[in-house]
Amino acid sequence: MPDKHIKTVLEIIKKNKNDILNVWKNNLWKKLEYQRDLLSDNEIEKYAEDFLNLFNAAIKSEDYDFMSSEEWDALKDTVTQLIHRWSSQGFTIRETGSFVTTFKDALYNKIKENIEKNPDVILSVFSILDRLFTDLAIFSVEAHVQSRDEIISRQQKEILELSTPVITLWKGILAIPLIGTLDSERTQMVMEALLQKIVETGSDMAIIDITGVPAVDTEVAQHIIKTINAARLMGADCIISGIRPQIAQTMVALGVSFDVTTKATLADAFSVALKRVGFQITNENHE
Amino acid sequence: MERIPILKMGDYLLVSIQIDMHDKLAMDLKNDLAEKISKTSAKGVLIDISALEVVDSFIGRMLGSMSEISKVLGAETVIVGMQPAVAITLVELGLSLKGIHTALNVEKGIKLLDELVKLQ
Repeated sequence: MPDKHIKTVLEIIKKNKNDILNVWKNNLWKKLEYQRDLLSDNEIEKYAEDFLNLFNAAIKSEDYDFMSSEEWDALKDTVTQLIHRWSSQGFTIRETGSFVTTFKDALYNKIKENIEKNPDVILSVFSILDRLFTDLAIFSVEAHVQSRDEIISRQQKEILELSTPVITLWKGILAIPLIGTLDSERTQMVMEALLQKIVETGSDMAIIDITGVPAVDTEVAQHIIKTINAARLMGADCIISGIRPQIAQTMVALGVSFDVTTKATLADAFSVALKRVGFQITNENHE
Repeated sequence: MERIPILKMGDYLLVSIQIDMHDKLAMDLKNDLAEKISKTSAKGVLIDISALEVVDSFIGRMLGSMSEISKVLGAETVIVGMQPAVAITLVELGLSLKGIHTALNVEKGIKLLDELVKLQ
């Protein structure tokens, strides 16, 4: 709904534009003290000026519904862009949020200076502005969290892709080093990668190395057993290697067993695998 | 009525499943295989399922029981050529077919049968 007093705000912004910008930038720099290395005056200047112009235009539209009105879309885009940039550089929510809050402080002070003597105007103007800035603050927090979520899900995907290499150790012998905790999603990927490689290479043996698995509880064991069974159905035998002493102890305590050959190190498992496939290792120096 | 052929190769019987199995077909195959083993006194059975794209729990169980029946009749069974997707499905269904022999392809399957028959 239009408000006749909001025109005063526009006039104040117009008259004191540079003043507001300067106070705002100064306060913002204070809030962003720890990120001084990552920021330039130009960047702040550019975003601040863009923001102020867009804010002005949106107010002029007399539509104060920040969340759903299209009039505010351009402003939202600018804020989102800035916050994505800052949050990916490691700024905290408080720091990214200060872009909006310091502007609010600068603007409020200017308004108070100018229309102090008119309580009615102040009341009606601030009731509109307050709602706007609350929404803006929430919006900037949301933008920050969203950009963090994007980073997290991208990294999760990268980890998944990185963590399932299947290595051909010898003709007919594959190795699959598992790193990190096994959940059902990762087990699925490991299983698919292993079985695919078994078909491609016609391998008879697969060594599952769990050196990089931090803990083996019943759930993780269940996932490993599934992988072993699937490989067995394809006609490949599995050996498990890389069982650390503590893990051996927890496995026994939990009553977990794999029903296949298990070895402490990948080297031991490899020599067993070679023997089963029909190779023999000899040391020519007889040491 | 369609049936899955059972071929005799020396001491072994060769079953190659080339079409999608439905339950009736699997039951028939089980009966035919039992008949054929006792008639030919075969020492080994090789079941090639490389063309099977879909295996449900019934077919999975049927493969297991075929293997057991053969064992009772004195023949070792090797199932060869299971597709990765099928293996994963069976494991997820909780059917890991413990106690049956598997190999990657027919060649390896015959080699495994040779070894198993030698042990008998």
